[in-house]
Amino acid sequence: MFESSLKQLGDALRAKKISSVELTQLYLDRIARLNPELNAYVTLNPEASLAQARAADQCITKNEAPPLTGIPIAQKDIFCAKGWRTTCGSKMLENFVAPYDAHVIEQFNRAGAVNLGKTNMDEFAMGSSNETSYFGTVKNPWGTARVPGGSSGGTAAAVAARLCAAATGTDTGGSIRQPAALCGISGLKPTYGVCSRYGMIAFASSLDQAGPMGRSAEDLALMMNAMAGFDERDSTSLQREKEDYARDLNKPLSGLRIGLPKEFFAEGLGSDVAQAVEAAIAEYRKLGATVVDISLPNTRLSIPVYYVLAPAEASSNLSRFDGVRYGYRAPDYTDLTDMYEKTRAQGFGTEVKRRIMIGTYVLSHGYYDAYYIQAQRIRRLIAQDFTEAFKQCDVIMGPTSPSTAFKLGEKGDDPVQMYLSDIYTIAVNLAGLPGMSIPCGFGSNDMPVGLQIIGNYFDEARMLNAAHQYQLATDWHSRAPQGL
Amino acid sequence: MTWEIVIGLEVHAQLSTNSKIFCGASTAFGAEPNTQADAVSLALPGVLPVLNRGAVERAIRFGLATGAHIAPRSVFARKNYFYPDLPKGYQISQFDLPVVGQGALTIQVEPLSGNAKPYEKVVRITRAHLEEDAGKSLHEDFHGMTGIDLNRAGTPLLEIVSEPDMRSAAEAVAYAKTLHALVQWIGICDGNMQEGSFRCDVNVSVRRAGEPLGTRREIKNLNSFKFMQQAIDYEVQWQIDTIENGGKVHQATVLFNPDTGETRSMRSKEEAHDYRYFPDPDLLPLDISNDWIEQVRATLPELPHVKQVRYVNDLGLSAYDANILTASREMADFFETVLAAVPKDAKLVANWIMGEVSAQLNRDGLDMKQCPISAQQLGGMLQRITDNTISNSGAKEVFRTMWAEGGDADAIIDAKGLKQVSDSGAIEALVDEIIAANADKVAEYRSGKDKLFGFFVGLAMKASKGKANPAQLNDILKQKLAG
Repeated sequence: MFESSLKQLGDALRAKKISSVELTQLYLDRIARLNPELNAYVTLNPEASLAQARAADQCITKNEAPPLTGIPIAQKDIFCAKGWRTTCGSKMLENFVAPYDAHVIEQFNRAGAVNLGKTNMDEFAMGSSNETSYFGTVKNPWGTARVPGGSSGGTAAAVAARLCAAATGTDTGGSIRQPAALCGISGLKPTYGVCSRYGMIAFASSLDQAGPMGRSAEDLALMMNAMAGFDERDSTSLQREKEDYARDLNKPLSGLRIGLPKEFFAEGLGSDVAQAVEAAIAEYRKLGATVVDISLPNTRLSIPVYYVLAPAEASSNLSRFDGVRYGYRAPDYTDLTDMYEKTRAQGFGTEVKRRIMIGTYVLSHGYYDAYYIQAQRIRRLIAQDFTEAFKQCDVIMGPTSPSTAFKLGEKGDDPVQMYLSDIYTIAVNLAGLPGMSIPCGFGSNDMPVGLQIIGNYFDEARMLNAAHQYQLATDWHSRAPQGL
Repeated sequence: MTWEIVIGLEVHAQLSTNSKIFCGASTAFGAEPNTQADAVSLALPGVLPVLNRGAVERAIRFGLATGAHIAPRSVFARKNYFYPDLPKGYQISQFDLPVVGQGALTIQVEPLSGNAKPYEKVVRITRAHLEEDAGKSLHEDFHGMTGIDLNRAGTPLLEIVSEPDMRSAAEAVAYAKTLHALVQWIGICDGNMQEGSFRCDVNVSVRRAGEPLGTRREIKNLNSFKFMQQAIDYEVQWQIDTIENGGKVHQATVLFNPDTGETRSMRSKEEAHDYRYFPDPDLLPLDISNDWIEQVRATLPELPHVKQVRYVNDLGLSAYDANILTASREMADFFETVLAAVPKDAKLVANWIMGEVSAQLNRDGLDMKQCPISAQQLGGMLQRITDNTISNSGAKEVFRTMWAEGGDADAIIDAKGLKQVSDSGAIEALVDEIIAANADKVAEYRSGKDKLFGFFVGLAMKASKGKANPAQLNDILKQKLAG
């Protein structure tokens, strides 16, 4: 049962081979057994989950069941869900119970899914290892001495360890794709604006995007069908016709032009990762795809640009956590300024404070032109690189992360080393393009390797098609960590 | 030593939308604290702003009314600072790309003293931009604590910034009053200053004639024209005294205390914030198409200065009359509705409105909107003057009755028997009788005592019970007395 795809689970539920209540309880029991070690979930609410499951069972009885009815889906703890504690991985929101649903949550409710719980994450989505969470690090199910990646580390571990059928993540600089790669699962960051950001706690507004994480491309397509859609409460949400992301899954790949950017296969890439990715490309050739060498010359600038723009937006987005209206407030203070200072000093962790400081600095008078404006210019150049590249190819492929999962604490003292683990993913966010990661082998330490697929704007269906055809021909995506 | 005063204004006009600028919460005044604060007003984690189209439309109206450039693309920026009544930790405003660019406003200045004559002046407007208001801190109601009311947070404002073109308190007040009238005229702001719908910040500096601009101090949040004048007068004198005593004026923000009539420093430039403006990534740039601008233009009423010119050139009114009759939309609408009844007699209409109507309104403490006589009723009465049905004195009686009891002119004229006698035969008979009965006076008149003419008019009027057509009566009397 824990190995079933979303489609299989849906069929089983509709055929009444199992009830949603039974299925949900099975997952809750498995979580109770494995979560103490993995720490993938920060909040469970079995009563709320089971109540949703009971409602789902009624829908099924009445034959009114939308596609995900009764299927237990976990939600990254960045999404506000009415009545659920929503922490965003921070002490600042340790006791915050959201009074409203994020658009993504509404979409899953509409699709009939059961909210199984809220998954752990780097604090305010800032991190690449899940070590910045106030609620403790998440362990990689493939090796518990290793990180699951971040910031959607809880989601990635929960999917990999079969603690949910699928789950949501968010991706600002690689936070879906990198942990998907490190945990051996599939994850998709859609085109910016395809999923509403309403109710998703903001890190860097112009980069943040919600997306699905699951065991296969086919599952991701079903998740996307539920999640995506225009929302008038988000001004950056795109008004587009409802798509069927599963429509192209079964198209043959003959004639698909794959671009390989030379910059993705250069210094800094682990040789074991390179080998696995090259083997995947060879598989694609067998499936009928052709390969073109391309160049993304400004990619090397994406990390510095990102670490100007993302902290700039974050420093402003996180100003609302001031202790006045909700969330943490320092217990003792002398006056208003002291209240702000102590609340924010005590409520935020080190990485969040570091980025607020960087952001405040780059926006401050006298530095704005040199940092923020300059970074916006380079951002446009990075996006142009992709526009040029897509004249030569249909999708771009390469490694998701330069290495497999590293050890807990290994990069904790060196933020720049940590930032480099998103070197292949960040440019995609800066350009607003869709990107995904699928498992494509294992590294020298037997940890999973991810293949990144980058598509042109709104080309999610084509990317999912490419991923699905690969997954029909290989079995990397169906391997599960042993010993759980 | 002569001093020149340099004044510029920043005016915050609250736009008359029903909902806030970035969410659907109500903007109605006077609600219980925090009952008009939804998730967006409270800046709950995850909420996002959505721009209110009605606020943009009002900004466009203002731009068109001041002959300003409407930016085809403008940008919303975040102004970052911490304050308890600023829920997001930033205010969404516009910075380097505002929606309304350079425009101008023509003002009529009434000098405050001396024998100087009223004059006209053009004040340049630098820009006008859209922004959201903050909430309110309530210091009085909570012992040792501060209450926060976020009902106001997110109320749409248009901040209108002038060039430092004003040279006296009188000019500053005239500019503020003209702007106040204009925003109401074009229907973008209710102008209610007590409720904070129209607030002024005044930048004041002084310099010796011919010298570069002095250091300015900004008087914040003036919400009455009287206080504005007092604050500027005090501030100007303070700055002059400071400099003449060898001191220096430092840039600062000051508050005016109406009780003492003094200004007091709130914060100096050294404490000024670095607001770290940057474009708000949650909002797309605001694109305004030409079509949209033209749609708004089509709904714009004729503007006061255009009306003034028309009243003078086409209706033959004086500039003074035209100015008064366009002081407000209600006044001008009233005038034009009355005029429709007697289209050739603009001066008569103007005299009645500026005379009897204004005097009665003043006496009863009413404004134009509350006038008990409708413009149609007044027009009906003036028609009866121009067609000689009633005399001026009869009209005054009709007017008094209308004001007190209502009713149309014709009904009152009938009921009171005020119709004047224009039958020349009847008037001749009357005059003949008077001449016959006052032979001695007639003789005196004929021997050169012209002043007696009035005496005969009086007698004839009395005999006709005031109903004789005065012009006719005069003619006939003159003729008959001449013998």
